[in-house]
Amino acid sequence: MNGIKHHISDDLLMGYAAGALPQAFDLVVATHVSLSDDARARLAGFEELGGVVLSDMEEADLAEDSLERTLARIAGTPVREKRVEPSRGIFPEPLRKIVGGDEDAVKWRSLGTGARQSLLHIEDGVSARLLYIPAGQAMPEHGHRGMELTLVLKGAYRDETDRFARGDVEFADEDMDHTPIAEDGEDCICLVATDQRLRFKGLLPRIAQPFIGI
Amino acid sequence: MFNDHAEQVAAAGGFVPISLGPRPCRAAHDGTVTPTEKTELHWVACVTAIAKDGDKASFARLFRHFAPRVKAFLIKSGADESLAEECMQDVMATIWQKAHLYDASRASVATWIFTIARNRKIDLLRRYARPEPEALPWGPEGEPDQADVMALQQDIERLAAAIRQLPEKQRILIERAYFGELTHSEIAAETGLPLGTIKSRIRLALERLRHAMN
Repeated sequence: MNGIKHHISDDLLMGYAAGALPQAFDLVVATHVSLSDDARARLAGFEELGGVVLSDMEEADLAEDSLERTLARIAGTPVREKRVEPSRGIFPEPLRKIVGGDEDAVKWRSLGTGARQSLLHIEDGVSARLLYIPAGQAMPEHGHRGMELTLVLKGAYRDETDRFARGDVEFADEDMDHTPIAEDGEDCICLVATDQRLRFKGLLPRIAQPFIGI
Repeated sequence: MFNDHAEQVAAAGGFVPISLGPRPCRAAHDGTVTPTEKTELHWVACVTAIAKDGDKASFARLFRHFAPRVKAFLIKSGADESLAEECMQDVMATIWQKAHLYDASRASVATWIFTIARNRKIDLLRRYARPEPEALPWGPEGEPDQADVMALQQDIERLAAAIRQLPEKQRILIERAYFGELTHSEIAAETGLPLGTIKSRIRLALERLRHAMN
């Protein structure tokens, strides 16, 4: 997709290539790569690095009948897999897979102010969720205890740093306080991976935080 | 002989024109590669023979080279001997089954195998199906352009050479990253490796593919 201005960092791409990221971040990276030729090409570079590491491995001893048993696993001729049709909605395939469909299949929960969220995955304090911010509205101001990776899927938002539209990613860590505001005209949907719970600054959201799980 | 004309001109004491077009390349002329020319191209030819003819001899050749390395990679990544053997057979069987999906203008064979092994490792050791980027809707359907294949495989050989020349410490750091021993924030991507060249090459291949499909 053209027009992506905010690209994903090399260390996240390399972590994804190496298979070292938490699952929630894998999802955001895979979804972003689906939308960006640039990220796809850079990822391929990091995977080549993995290929060289593999080529340079010292050889392990195999079981005696290793090849025979592998051949036995292969029944007949190569399997022709059907080509996966590109997604026509706003969710690329890796996201559509975990949601079980496109935008209309999301099970939203209200955040009270018109904003909504849908928790997709959580493990060891690392979560992936979809956020829905109505046009013109702000996400509650928050700092970060850990890191947060946001990918815009629909609409656009602005914060203190810049404007972010479909395909753009924004990375934030504990040093960053930002207030994303959805642009007028279109509601904004983002996919967000967070490595720890966010700490809201406003009093009410802080009280609500344990209950809404953001 | 393609240089007859130049020889005649030279013999006549004339000016020999210097071609600015693509360098003469044997592989590009008749659409085939000579497997013994380059190791990388040898593996490409093996995968192609599996995809086209279900060639078991080619598979055995790939197996003898890659199976011990895949198994070593899995052991280094934390699998025990029997799990690594089992998982390696699975990876090698997948290579047979997915041979027709391999695109030599976008990755080396070692890299393609690395990605299959990495995904299987995440399946088994971390117990989740890793989210993968959406497959490209435009390719690889026909034969990739042989000049593209040659160029990419040469870039990859350059990358491999660069890694082998790295100081021991840095090389070990890269290996550890790909064995999953480092968290993503510990992975420093600034190694001065010629990854940019590969990125440009793959971008070019993506653009050509896209153009061919439109």
